[in-house]
Amino acid sequence: MTAVKNRKAQLGPAEVKAELLAKYPPKVARKRSKQIMINEALENGTPEITANVRTIPGIITMRGCTYAGCKGVIMGPTRDIVNLVHGPIGCSFYAWLTRRNQTDPGPEGPDGENFMTYAFSTDMQEQDIIFGGEKKLAAAIQEAYDLFHPKSIAVFATCPVGLIGDDIHTVSRQMKEKLGDCNVYAFSCEGYKGVSQSAGHHIANNQVFRHIVGADDRPVEGKYKISLLGEYNIGGDGFEIDRIFKKCGITNIATFSGNSTYKQFATAHQADLNAVMCHRSINYVADMMETKFGIPWIKVNFIGAKATAKSLRKIAAYFEDKELIDRVEAVIAEEMPEVEAAVKEILPRTEGKTAMMFVGGSRAHHYNELFKEMGMKTISAGYEFGHRDDYEGRRVIPTIEVDADSRNIEEIEVEADATRFKPRKTAEAMQALEAAGTVKFKDYEGLAPDMDAGTLIIDDLNQHEAETLVKLLKPDIFCAGIKEKFSIQKLGIPMKQLHSYDSGGPYAGFKGAINFYQEIDRLVNSKVWSYMKAPWQENPQLSGAYVWE
Amino acid sequence: MLLRHTPKEITERSALTINPAKTCQPIGAMYAALGIHGCLPHSHGSQGCCAYHRSALTRHYKEPVSAATSSFTEGSSVFGGQANLMQAFSNIFAVYNPEIIAVHTTCLSETIGDDLPQIRKKAIAEGKIPEGKYVISASTPSYAGSHVTGFSNMVKAMTELAEPTGKKNGKVNLIPGWVEPADMEELKRLSKLMGVGTIMFPDTSGVLNTPLTGEYKMFPDGGTTIAELKSTADSIGTIALGEWSSADAARELDSKHKVPCKILDMPFGLKATDRFIDALHKMAGVNVPEEIMVERGQLVDLISDMHQYFYHKKVALAGDPDQLIAMTEFLVSIDMCPVHIVTGTPGKKFEKRIKELTAGMPCQVNVRAKGDFFLLHQWMKNEPVDLLISNTYGKYIARDEDVPFLRWGFPILDRQGHQYFPTVGYKGGLRLLEKILTLLLDRKDRDDTEMKFELVL
Ligand code: SF4
Ligand code: SF4
Repeated sequence: MTAVKNRKAQLGPAEVKAELLAKYPPKVARKRSKQIMINEALENGTPEITANVRTIPGIITMRGCTYAGCKGVIMGPTRDIVNLVHGPIGCSFYAWLTRRNQTDPGPEGPDGENFMTYAFSTDMQEQDIIFGGEKKLAAAIQEAYDLFHPKSIAVFATCPVGLIGDDIHTVSRQMKEKLGDCNVYAFSCEGYKGVSQSAGHHIANNQVFRHIVGADDRPVEGKYKISLLGEYNIGGDGFEIDRIFKKCGITNIATFSGNSTYKQFATAHQADLNAVMCHRSINYVADMMETKFGIPWIKVNFIGAKATAKSLRKIAAYFEDKELIDRVEAVIAEEMPEVEAAVKEILPRTEGKTAMMFVGGSRAHHYNELFKEMGMKTISAGYEFGHRDDYEGRRVIPTIEVDADSRNIEEIEVEADATRFKPRKTAEAMQALEAAGTVKFKDYEGLAPDMDAGTLIIDDLNQHEAETLVKLLKPDIFCAGIKEKFSIQKLGIPMKQLHSYDSGGPYAGFKGAINFYQEIDRLVNSKVWSYMKAPWQENPQLSGAYVWE
Repeated sequence: MLLRHTPKEITERSALTINPAKTCQPIGAMYAALGIHGCLPHSHGSQGCCAYHRSALTRHYKEPVSAATSSFTEGSSVFGGQANLMQAFSNIFAVYNPEIIAVHTTCLSETIGDDLPQIRKKAIAEGKIPEGKYVISASTPSYAGSHVTGFSNMVKAMTELAEPTGKKNGKVNLIPGWVEPADMEELKRLSKLMGVGTIMFPDTSGVLNTPLTGEYKMFPDGGTTIAELKSTADSIGTIALGEWSSADAARELDSKHKVPCKILDMPFGLKATDRFIDALHKMAGVNVPEEIMVERGQLVDLISDMHQYFYHKKVALAGDPDQLIAMTEFLVSIDMCPVHIVTGTPGKKFEKRIKELTAGMPCQVNVRAKGDFFLLHQWMKNEPVDLLISNTYGKYIARDEDVPFLRWGFPILDRQGHQYFPTVGYKGGLRLLEKILTLLLDRKDRDDTEMKFELVL
């Protein structure tokens, strides 16, 4: 059985790439060809890949839209903001509780606000489309306020809103003034903007930065104050990371945006370091906070036990404080034995197995770590909505062409805050830290350098390519999202969702790593894949000996 | 409490929908289109809608759901999506090669005003649609109606393919409405038992409940074939189940091709199933076989055996109009009291039908078309119930209010079985009663004091 499973097709990457493109009309093939890169280590990085470009009409894509990136991903996990979707009902309905973001509102009471279980919509009707929906929006904000008295209401535009020209920003500003004690602001995140969810991340970053970050100067206590950016508490990942931070004595002021509150965002400017998990979805806020408040950012990754240890060490090194450095080492030493025991247990069953990952804008990279720890190899990977820098590293940013779709997404001009800008470290101190090798500021090397030579890196993988890849390379596990799950599994290959994790989690941190090892072991070694043929199919000869009169 | 901010006191809302009991038209159109054999549904708009609809259907059916999109960008939103759709046609036929593409619009393309029939004409003229392949289209703006309307619009669009040959085919068209693949299978089984040849459209059985075999078929074996859809013009009549989801298509076949139609409630429960069987019997001129009589008798038997547990139990319901009407009638017929009923789908007729069905019940009935789960929950806080019936979203209310909860409707995201076990027909009625009884009796067993706890129920 294992022998059969491990028998890999002997096709080279160039042949596989040719197969992926074979069926396409010439124009499509030309375009897709640039988004399929055969990885190799070049003197100066990795080969160039085309990314963050339009999806081809008719080609069944994994991507979603700007609204999904804005309302669903970034703003969805904050529990005490009323997220009001301005548009026809569907967009609001589909983003209602479908992302598995966990939150901890604590006990009942004034601090126990949680609106994440609610879906709020203006449910626009035909007359709103014809005559405009601004009045209805204002009325809906008022009704939400009267019912719930939230500290904040966020308004999200869906496709038709931009077209009919509703000015959601003015309505929000007017309602904010009228209500007095409720911060109301809006997101122009119509689904047609940009080319994927990524544009929505950017729009969300802009407005969170503009309307919330820095709104609350009441001091937050803590010795080593950081914020964690780009962590969404899917399946409780954020809970596990917070557990570790707490153990280390690190104060996480705000997570953007898993298990978060309005106040966390509002006080996030008081952090002394921003630790960025998902580079794609949140690097804008990190950059803007640096410019405005002087908070440096570093890339971290809490997916994978070793990556977690490494990230903790980076944070400790940044603070240059012996007490913290020792504490972090002690925590790692305390946590690792359990992880190592778990690896030892599963390794004989997972070593040498192969994985493919096509997900998000960071996870296809982050989860590489976990698979490596299990002795598994990622033979092909890519992002659904990454940019070139997520593949090739931030060094390529100056060379990325800004096309019409990206130009439409606002870039906020940020200046240093007149009173609150405070460099956390001198330029010399930062240079010295970088020279020492542990900490690199504002840096992300991307997915490609961590992938083996000869692996295929594919941007915006689609249904046809996924099926072809799986058939040709027969991975032991395929990771993507819900839309891809069952077509892959029909082929007899286990599929793990890495957006929402299907049902498990957490997979971050030390405990999460153990969960993941066990989950992948369960999937790649499941008996179910051997049940697909009935006995009479495996052995179809009929024998007269068994025919009874 | 998960819905801790929902107040008991009810204030009227004019602009704000909270926790909707409906979703948008295109997902219904997509579901319907999947019920045509060899069909790729296509969402004409920006790709987010398509991604959401595919995800929602996938979460409900736990099956692959393929559909393409025109992937509008800001440019297409300004200049119209014709170029995108033309390009999509070429790519779809080259890469996926379906028999037919069923296009539906979205809010975006509707607001822009894209004219699908005209774009199709142009595509045909330019040779973008290969010989022997088909494209049908439905207009499905989400700022009107609901997912049910979208379903109905796509089913109506299927009648475009009807092509009379001048010779009757002796069959009955059966439009099942938005029910589960298992329900469609059951309707076919019942028709077969009756000896009635049917053309069911759409038919998602064999499409959204396929086996795991190691082979992936983008176009599974099930679904109504194009030949069958053509032949609907030659049928002796049409039985349409559900005014909201099926009537338009039936009327279209009637007015265009003189295929007479009978519009019935969906056959959930005893009486609606009786009317369905009776209609088949009359329209096809066949007798009702003994097997079906036995199934009916079994359902009546269970009702009589367990009547004491149903009697005057209060029920809250959220769902789609056709389902709710049939379910309300069923509950009333076994002396349960449906007291709070909301659907998100607009339509004055709904409230009227529910009021007629519940007239004479010993309880006051709250009913609202264009209602939402928030209102339903508030009603339940004011007048508690013994059972909640709704799609999965009801579980938050059920947990907060500690009410037994029957998942029934769309979407069901957290339990299995709906795609395999029907709730239509007499056997489906048995299943519904079994589920309701189990919920009520499990609750009784949980809540009874030790003194009152009993072995035999
Ligand atoms: S834009 Fe319209 S069609 Fe698309 S998901 Fe939203 S409501 Fe549905
Ligand atoms: S980790 Fe992936 S799925 Fe999550 S927000 Fe980032 S890009 Fe999206």
